[in-house]
Amino acid sequence: MHQEASIREPLILGEKTYKDITDDVIRPIEGKASKLWYIFFTVAVITALYGIGQILYLLGTGVGVWGLNKTINWAWDITNFVWWVGIGHAGTLISAVLLLFRQKWRMAINRSAEAMTIFAVFMAGIFPMIHMGRIWMAYWVLPLPNQFGPLWVNFNSPLLWDVFAISTYLSVSLVFWYIGLIPDFATIRDRLKKPLPKHIYSVLSFGWSGSAKQWQRFEEVSLVLAGLATPLVFSVHSIVSMDFATSVVPGWHSTVFPPYFVAGAVFSGFAMVQNLVIVMRKVMHLENYITIKHVEYMNIVVIVVGGIVTVAYLAEFIMAWYSGNPYEDFIYLSWDAARGPYGWAFWSLIIFNNLIPQLYWIKKIRRNLYWTFLISIGINIGMWFERFDIIVLCLNRDYLPSSWTMFYPTATDIGIYVGTLGIFSTFFLLFTRYFPVLAFNEVKTILKSSGEQYKKQHQDNH
Amino acid sequence: MEYTPSGKLKMSTYIMILVGIVALALGFVNDHTEHHNAFWANLLLNGFFFMTISLAATFFIAVQYAAEAAWAVVFKRIFEALMAFLPYGGIIVTIVLAMNSAGVAHMYHWMDPEVMDPNSEHYDALIAMKKPYLNQVFFWIRTVIYLAGWIYFARYFRKKSLEEDQIGGESFFWQNRTMSAIFLVFFGFSEMFAVWDWVMSIDVHWHSNLYHWYLFATMWLAFIALSLLITYYLKGKGHLKEVNDSHLHDLGKWLFAVGLLWAYFFYAQFLLIWYADMPEETVYFKLRIKEYGGLFFGTALFNFFVPFWVLMSRDAKRNPVFVVPVAILLFISHFLTYWLVFLPSATGGHDHLSFTDIGVFIGFLGAFLLVTFNALAKAPLVVKNHPYLEESKHLHI
Repeated sequence: MHQEASIREPLILGEKTYKDITDDVIRPIEGKASKLWYIFFTVAVITALYGIGQILYLLGTGVGVWGLNKTINWAWDITNFVWWVGIGHAGTLISAVLLLFRQKWRMAINRSAEAMTIFAVFMAGIFPMIHMGRIWMAYWVLPLPNQFGPLWVNFNSPLLWDVFAISTYLSVSLVFWYIGLIPDFATIRDRLKKPLPKHIYSVLSFGWSGSAKQWQRFEEVSLVLAGLATPLVFSVHSIVSMDFATSVVPGWHSTVFPPYFVAGAVFSGFAMVQNLVIVMRKVMHLENYITIKHVEYMNIVVIVVGGIVTVAYLAEFIMAWYSGNPYEDFIYLSWDAARGPYGWAFWSLIIFNNLIPQLYWIKKIRRNLYWTFLISIGINIGMWFERFDIIVLCLNRDYLPSSWTMFYPTATDIGIYVGTLGIFSTFFLLFTRYFPVLAFNEVKTILKSSGEQYKKQHQDNH
Repeated sequence: MEYTPSGKLKMSTYIMILVGIVALALGFVNDHTEHHNAFWANLLLNGFFFMTISLAATFFIAVQYAAEAAWAVVFKRIFEALMAFLPYGGIIVTIVLAMNSAGVAHMYHWMDPEVMDPNSEHYDALIAMKKPYLNQVFFWIRTVIYLAGWIYFARYFRKKSLEEDQIGGESFFWQNRTMSAIFLVFFGFSEMFAVWDWVMSIDVHWHSNLYHWYLFATMWLAFIALSLLITYYLKGKGHLKEVNDSHLHDLGKWLFAVGLLWAYFFYAQFLLIWYADMPEETVYFKLRIKEYGGLFFGTALFNFFVPFWVLMSRDAKRNPVFVVPVAILLFISHFLTYWLVFLPSATGGHDHLSFTDIGVFIGFLGAFLLVTFNALAKAPLVVKNHPYLEESKHLHI
């Protein structure tokens, strides 16, 4: 019998019963959406449509509508790609790695974090596809037998490894997420009265009956998928980092890139989860399930991965100098970057990623929702700058000073980026409207060990 | 319950130490490398390897506190005992570094004043430009900071844990938790600089940003392997009745996980250097593949495939028939990967693995076990009054 230490804070607050948990999570799905939801949704859809318009303009005109030039031939496109893939990391980390570590607090946030992951990976996928220019030939990245002559993918290219890594990651995340949803869909099916929604949720729940045998298989498959997903948490961003690290470009070629990118991805992923969850718990009245302690736990993870990133920055900075290679003096973490024309980007990186998150060492701040919300936005800005700096700052100082140049984003660059934020928000808002945002059947399993009133009873008995 | 190491165990460690001393002497006599560099490198290798096992123990205890983890509380005394060798290893490392500083040993090329002198024929511009970092004064300041810091934290965690046994209450837990967070920050920086200073600067022209992560995985793995073996040993002797299959299963998982983490670091570093094929980087692997190809690829493949295939299944992780031999073999093979880190660089590939190297390793292992088991005997094997103790005893997975 599991026995939880009394000094642990409860993970479910208030006097909750099993039925309360079901009611609290499903209520928003059964009822009508609030006015606030419609306002958010309208803004998100308009932004999304604007972004789609910009993408269509790009496809119709050509990649030249971006601000790329001869020296800086990769910029916002790949920055946004890496940024979105990075955000897509927290979901699998929460659902897979924290499952293996038996972290019970993950149950309150894993569902929404996984949804975020999937939508973020969709957004990431947009950028390489539209960068191809002729998107209708996108399937050429797959090693399909064909009659085009000697046309075949280049297995030596990390860009191709990316195709495999990200599509595998997306598939496993999707399966993991969906399997977790099945029991919850079944509960919704059983409660709904109207025939059409009932039928839809019935199809979605794959005939789940909730028998002990089904639950046993459910838990077994969760563990197997967690085992499969954990190496993927490492592989995806390691391979993304190899897009840069396998090259011989100063600043890009660094052996620390794979684990350093993984840490950075978890960093931004958790920050994005905080932003979504803090709003969600308030609007959907889930304060008893996603407690301040949950927010604090996530902030502690943010301190840890942020710390790893900080140590890695320091190493990059010192090693660039230590190498004695004069070209390394101009990389994204160097004195030249700090003083040069992109100094503002360099300092944004340092301030948002290294300095501001240190506020979380103060307990009051890491348990404060407003601070957490603001700092999380800051981290996402900082992590966007990290990718921007790695890409643009390493390229803008070309080997020949005569080729040194700047990158200026065009309206299309900005429009597509903002558009993906809109598409992402649209997906996420639809998710909160029609999906159970908490894995409530799983949350029920910890009620008697981590619920507030049960913990109190347990203490009184001793 | 108090624990006293058996006479047989103590005798074995004394014999191992004796073997080590003889091997060390023979190694010195038989060492035909310049300035006895193989001898000094061997001493540094063993001092560093065993000291960093204790460092990894300190790290792991801090992680347990910071993460509010309960599973290992019933046998955390083993982790505490594994910290005990830290000062002894520190002394060995300090002696070797001092011998290099004094000019007796010549492992660190940059310590030679001539390479920094522009008028000398041995002047090396690439080393001279590193002088702001690689100079004796700054080097020793850093060395003292790492060693003093690590020893301070290790002693602190141990002291508070013993006081908790005596006095009780939650305050010791919270004190250790706060200090754990501070230690982890200190460790994150100090481990990196220590590896650069003591290990990477042996190949002074070479650098890899992943190097200290790569060495860190070995420290961690060797520590996990030893904790697992000592836990099984003590259980076999009838101690630690509270430790059940779930605890042992968790230790097996750690062995599996950290083994694969090592493989990940090895692969990331090797692949990127091989792929980019820049001569200033490939030189490190060229030497190892040319002179020690079998050992280099053998240990790398072994370190990955053995835990991967043998420890994949749940049953194997719970069965000593599988997990104990894997832990022993991984411990040895990770030591050999460390041998490949130190010796080829220090001797330029002029020294090969010999029986005296193995003897020195056995001697250090004997000393390490003696210190560890003596530390185990100094306190009850199971902690008292730890707030997670009951939760840990009830671990069931």
